[in-house]
Amino acid sequence: MSDRPTPVLRAEGLVKTHHGEGAPAHAVRGVDLCVRPGEFVAITGPSGAGKSTLLHLLGGLQRPDSGSLWLDGERTDAYSEARWAVERRKRIGIVFQFFNLVSNLSVADNVELPALLAGVSPRQARAEREGLLAELGLAGKERSMPGELSGGEQQRVALARALVNRPPLLLADEPAGSLDSRGTREVMRLLSRFHQRGQTIVLVTHDARLASAADRVISFFDGRIADDAALDGRPSRGTGISGVLELKD
Amino acid sequence: MRLPLLALLARGPAHGYELKQDLEQMLGSAYPQPNVGQIYVTLGRLEKQGLIEGEDVEQSSRPNKKVYHLTDTGREALRAWFEEPEDEPRVRDEFFMKLALAPQTGLADQIALINKQRRQYLNTMRDLSKLAAAEDRNNRIAQLLIEGAMLHLQADLDWLERCQEELEELE
Repeated sequence: MSDRPTPVLRAEGLVKTHHGEGAPAHAVRGVDLCVRPGEFVAITGPSGAGKSTLLHLLGGLQRPDSGSLWLDGERTDAYSEARWAVERRKRIGIVFQFFNLVSNLSVADNVELPALLAGVSPRQARAEREGLLAELGLAGKERSMPGELSGGEQQRVALARALVNRPPLLLADEPAGSLDSRGTREVMRLLSRFHQRGQTIVLVTHDARLASAADRVISFFDGRIADDAALDGRPSRGTGISGVLELKD
Repeated sequence: MRLPLLALLARGPAHGYELKQDLEQMLGSAYPQPNVGQIYVTLGRLEKQGLIEGEDVEQSSRPNKKVYHLTDTGREALRAWFEEPEDEPRVRDEFFMKLALAPQTGLADQIALINKQRRQYLNTMRDLSKLAAAEDRNNRIAQLLIEGAMLHLQADLDWLERCQEELEELE
């Protein structure tokens, strides 16, 4: 173990059951998971399989009924709500399907807020924000309100907000779930770019196109990991691409 | 490739190598490079069928090249091609038969088959994503071809997911 880097994230025996009306829903039924620095992991599966619940457990947005979670080798079982809130500013960035931007704050303020809350100087926060917005093709939109932007643009603002404190881990919950095909491709391109620079990413999606940007895909069924496959970039066996694209005759 | 070649000749006469280049330019890197030999063979067949006619053109320093043009019969065949809708893509493929027959043989597990197949599709999906990123963004036809392939694969992956949901319940 000692010669391998400490996992950014490690989970052991995670279980979460939702008790609502009717029968209890076993959303997560015993999940072990290890995410190493620089990995880009996609979790896919049908809706209702529990993959969003799993992501919420990983980000401390929900607590497991049993099982443990480590961030950078540090056990989180005893973390308070307040402590988790701090971790989500510093060590974990999260983007959601519906962006969750603060609607009465400008784009610039949305991005700078988590930096200021984390104790960064206003000057530094502004510099980070400017860099990220330029990188994400949003220069000139600083003063816009979220409602004035397209879905794809709002998601890019959310991505900037999630990354403004340079967290070691980025969690993404169906980040293209409410975007059109073009917006999906855009999100895919950006996630790939940040990944290439070393960003560790865990992405939950039902979209295989998005998942294929990752280098490891976990298939999640009925609260459990059904398969955990490295996409190794080898040309696929059989006819692969050329077979798929072939013109007949 | 018969009809696409006829379609290219509908614009005006061309020789085999020009047709190969036209195809490549239009379909981009997404399309596996058409083999020029295969194009010549197809042109030969089309000529035999009376759909095109070739004419030898002398070249000063090279062997003669054959320039083809579309005949009236060829133009009719092309019209008929555009007139007819195409067959639906296949669903009952070899994988489906494996999945259906595995339990009776005791030689393979259905869920393991699904997982293996999913890995294959995901790797191909990844290759397609890379291809799309590498292809000229302004070549709309090439981009649409890749996107079509990705959407087909997406559908196949969704279907594998359905199979897994149904079959895991039985276990």
